[in-house]
Amino acid sequence: MKNSFLAKASVPLMFILICAFCIPIAGLSPSYLANEIVTRMGRNSFLILSLLIPIMAGMGLNFGMTLGAMAGEIGLILVSDWQIVGIPGMVLAAIISIPISVLLGVFCGKILNQAKGREMITSYIMSFFINGIYQLVVLYLMGSVIPIKHSSIKLPRGYGIRNTVSLLRMRQHLDNLIAIKAGGIKIPVLTFIIIGVLCVFIIWFRKTKLGQDMRAVGQDMEVARDAGINVERTRIISIVMSTVLAGIGMIIYLQNMGNIATYSSHSQIGMFCIAALLVGGASVDRASIGNVFLGVILFHTMFIVAPRAGAYITGDSMIGEYFRVFVSYAVITVALVMYETSKRKAKSAAGEQLARAQEEEENAGKEQA
Amino acid sequence: MNETVTIKDKFAAALKEFGLPRLIITGFLVLLLVMAPFVGADLPTQISNIINRFSWNGILVLAMVPMVHSGCGLNFGLPLGIISGLLGATLSIELGFTGPVSFLMAVLIATPFALVFGSVYGWLLNKIKGGEMMIATYVGFSSVSLMCMMWLILPYHSPNMVWGLAGKGLRTTISLEGYYDQALAGIARITIGRISIPTGTLLFFALLAFGIWAFLHTKTGTAMTAVGSNPTFAKAAGIDVDRIRTLSVVMSTWLAAIGILVYEQGFGFIQLYMAPFYMALPAVSAILIGGATVNKATIMNVIVGTILFQGIVTMTPTVMNNMIHMDMSEVIRIIASMGMILFALTRKTEAAR
Repeated sequence: MKNSFLAKASVPLMFILICAFCIPIAGLSPSYLANEIVTRMGRNSFLILSLLIPIMAGMGLNFGMTLGAMAGEIGLILVSDWQIVGIPGMVLAAIISIPISVLLGVFCGKILNQAKGREMITSYIMSFFINGIYQLVVLYLMGSVIPIKHSSIKLPRGYGIRNTVSLLRMRQHLDNLIAIKAGGIKIPVLTFIIIGVLCVFIIWFRKTKLGQDMRAVGQDMEVARDAGINVERTRIISIVMSTVLAGIGMIIYLQNMGNIATYSSHSQIGMFCIAALLVGGASVDRASIGNVFLGVILFHTMFIVAPRAGAYITGDSMIGEYFRVFVSYAVITVALVMYETSKRKAKSAAGEQLARAQEEEENAGKEQA
Repeated sequence: MNETVTIKDKFAAALKEFGLPRLIITGFLVLLLVMAPFVGADLPTQISNIINRFSWNGILVLAMVPMVHSGCGLNFGLPLGIISGLLGATLSIELGFTGPVSFLMAVLIATPFALVFGSVYGWLLNKIKGGEMMIATYVGFSSVSLMCMMWLILPYHSPNMVWGLAGKGLRTTISLEGYYDQALAGIARITIGRISIPTGTLLFFALLAFGIWAFLHTKTGTAMTAVGSNPTFAKAAGIDVDRIRTLSVVMSTWLAAIGILVYEQGFGFIQLYMAPFYMALPAVSAILIGGATVNKATIMNVIVGTILFQGIVTMTPTVMNNMIHMDMSEVIRIIASMGMILFALTRKTEAAR
């Protein structure tokens, strides 16, 4: 029991150690650090929460959340062309993103149903594939087929979207609508309320019939099927929900950043969100809301202090940059390895148990005879 | 009457075997080749390009074969092998070797790295049977990002490789002029009109490909195929499954190391830092386009796949540009190659796990 707790908490503990080591070296003022962490919590939590539902359905880490992020970006690009600004713009962008997310989610879910047992690698390749389609749409079809009026976001050649789309008139409108300043720390209350609502929704959703079905599917697909659950449909729904939430999360993320890097904003987002979730102590088959928030705080503290600490120790700021990228990948690797080994152990344990039961039965049979 | 039906059936079966995505890609390449002269593209130069690129990339694609054979799936961890190759390349230059000798030394120095990295990687993959591909991807990523730090920290001094101002830390691209630029390609190069054939590189590829083919027909090689197609049966037949799997991973890693060196001698530059990051994906999709599946791959798949993939990569920009003045090649390349990998992953390959 104690061992399993240690194994579960090992990744967060390691990160607490890294942070404790780097914070004093980085020499950032506590209020600056606190401010940054609060900002990043508001920016990223929603996105990371979108990962929880597929984990519940036993589909692992949804690398396909990038699909939703792209849908969100398309919504924002269109809205900024129509010059709808502020909160209405964001809401409209979310409304546009939802049907796109649903479509992509259904497609992704159907493909993942064809690739049971290797959902993660498939959803990962899926994110690259849809990125190709996204580039086709944004770089070639927007402006030539899909009308784009404003030259400020269009490439000079007449079609295609510029590398960066400014969201200046939407920037932090959500964060600033109800904001409290406490000791130099800006708390974006409304953003946190939205994140809180999503948390409540997820807790409620777990208790619904559909949520229970998803957990059953996650536990054992065959048993769930025998219990009369439509496994394929349930899995698709979980991916669709995740994609839609990721789309909305991306809009919240980008309104905080204040501009869209049209061709790269989404490419790293999946990796960073998944790394943050795992840092919070989640595993491939179990993740809670607590993991999300612990993960955001620890991962982003490391993210803020590592480059500075690295620069101080080695005199080269790039080392810290590379270090944090390395840590993100290493955390995911370690988590995946731990998940796969424990899965194998469980499998062989179940096999042994079966063998023992059989033996006992045989013995009992002999005794009777 | 009867015969036509069977031919039709045979055709349908062959089509099913060939797969729709592969058909589309082959058709697309044929279309490009047919259209090229009409839109004013220079066909001999294009063909020369395809041959050249084939010679650069062939061995990287070949590196997929051993791991697919032993049932470890597609080697998304190719960057690990590439890093061994890069270590060999940079150390060979650092130690002061020049000219074609530096290529030989790079191969020799890269080999122990590839063996060590490959053994550790193989040991890891034995712990996580069934989840190889995802973990391989992340092993590749972690090792590339770890090496990003190392390229800065390791004490390299050769003035041709480090940043001029700081005097330390390797540059992102290192020119191979004076070292092993065209070391293989220059051997017995044949030039017919505007087509130039890098005979040396092609022969080197042929040598390695033949080596792998021959290996797969030895006792150990057959054991490897047995492990890949049915591990339980292989175990019952007295084969040490874990050892064979490790061997296949080491072979894949070593081939990747050699592959990147061959790539560099053709390309003329060493690319460090994030460059190896996504190098696994083109190699994976090339072998899949060539007709391989997640657990079956032959040398023929490698050759056909590399030609098709590199053909599309070289032909699309020119033909597209000349035709519609729009360079969509990058997007087409992403959609085609990723679509191919997706297709392969969704095929039912219920090999006993």
